[in-house]
Amino acid sequence: MKRRAWYTLAVLALITPGPGVASEIRIATASNFRNAMDALVEEFRTASEHRVVPIYGSTGKLFSQVINGAPFEVFFAADARRPELLEQEGLTVPGSRFTYARGKLVLWSPRVAYVDDQGSVLEQGSFQHLAIAQPRLAPYGKAARDVLESLGLWQALSPRLVQGEDVGQTFLFVHSGHAELGFVAWSQLVSGPQPIAGSYWLVPENLYRPVDQQAVTLTDNEVTRTFMSFIRSPQAAGIIRDHGYTTLAYDPP
Amino acid sequence: MLDESDITALVITLKLALTSTLILLVLGTPLAWWLARTRWRFKFIPEAIVALPLVLPPTVLGFYLLIALGPNSPAYGALGFLGGGSLAFTFSGLVIGSVIYSMPFVVQPLQDAFSAIGRRPLEVAATLRASPLDRFFTIAVPMARPGFITAAVLGFAHTIGEFGVVLMIGGNIPGETRVASIAIYDHVEGLEFTHAHWLSGVLLLLSFILLLVVYGLNGRFRVIRL
Repeated sequence: MKRRAWYTLAVLALITPGPGVASEIRIATASNFRNAMDALVEEFRTASEHRVVPIYGSTGKLFSQVINGAPFEVFFAADARRPELLEQEGLTVPGSRFTYARGKLVLWSPRVAYVDDQGSVLEQGSFQHLAIAQPRLAPYGKAARDVLESLGLWQALSPRLVQGEDVGQTFLFVHSGHAELGFVAWSQLVSGPQPIAGSYWLVPENLYRPVDQQAVTLTDNEVTRTFMSFIRSPQAAGIIRDHGYTTLAYDPP
Repeated sequence: MLDESDITALVITLKLALTSTLILLVLGTPLAWWLARTRWRFKFIPEAIVALPLVLPPTVLGFYLLIALGPNSPAYGALGFLGGGSLAFTFSGLVIGSVIYSMPFVVQPLQDAFSAIGRRPLEVAATLRASPLDRFFTIAVPMARPGFITAAVLGFAHTIGEFGVVLMIGGNIPGETRVASIAIYDHVEGLEFTHAHWLSGVLLLLSFILLLVVYGLNGRFRVIRL
């Protein structure tokens, strides 16, 4: 009797359906876009029976997963470089690459009146840890590095940098208070699950190249076409703007 | 509360642990039997290899697996008959990783249990004209029962605790490779602490119960040696 129960359990576990509804697509999404994508997917769900499953990570990591054959149908990067590279490799649907959002970098601390609106807290240096995203893998980390280099502080502050795997983890470092301040995406501040307190410096765009975030379709099918035309709709653009991005005027396909 | 994706992650985790444990029991039993019985002077070499995952960073294993399972490796071609396609980012890939990763937790308790039987009961059985296979299944296996229980529970529990290898070869695919430990990591990064708490609580409880089973059933049985 006992033995039979074990067998039943074993068989049940093995035949449990894994992945698989035909109309489900997986969307690799850069971490900074997490809140916006959650809202977009939510909105899309109300109008479509298709299921869209976002997977979040750093642009660099997701990129290498796509190269290595990860089963993603669309890739929302936090830069233009990786989508271009995928296009050159012939891994994308021709003509699918477009800029879906332009993001801003912000220096943020949960402490009130800690970060001033000139960013001079960086020079005073009364902090132990400054969090940035990994510059090689995360475009917002690269932007943070550009800013520090423009200010001539990269060398001096290097010993005090803590690096998150992506801008999501970087945000967590600062949010939890383990790092006093950090460079994160503006969208994370304005659209988080709970209202974010503290002080911030919206970095002027002459100190870094604006983060043009591009998306590419990797698999052409009805669901990806429907979802991507939704992303290009004015309604989606409104949601994206609500999450702290600017959207460029683009023509519907 | 646990939402649908958390339940899926838990199901994937249990499925992975169960599959890996069953495979490990099948592969590990003859290996442990041989290690326990052989008088080969170099047997410390396979013993050391089996114990490697205990000390190796999971990233090392994950890195080698990523290369070995990828489209550019010889193993890839050899595995082609199993359905083709890269094994990275698939459940099958995770099973291969887990089998290697949890190997010592299954082989070592079995080897200890087989060694503890000693040669005498088997020699007695042999004088009664029991065949080697007969001796193994009617003497060794029943006598090593605590070892089998320990091996199965530890292999299962250790696979549930797997993180680094899955992080490197899994790709965090919901319904396929997003196991509970990865889902927790994802929740924390998304500041979804309530979800992280629930899933962590479930894993903590599950792991504790599994270890209670091992220690409770086996009393003084050695659980791990290095």
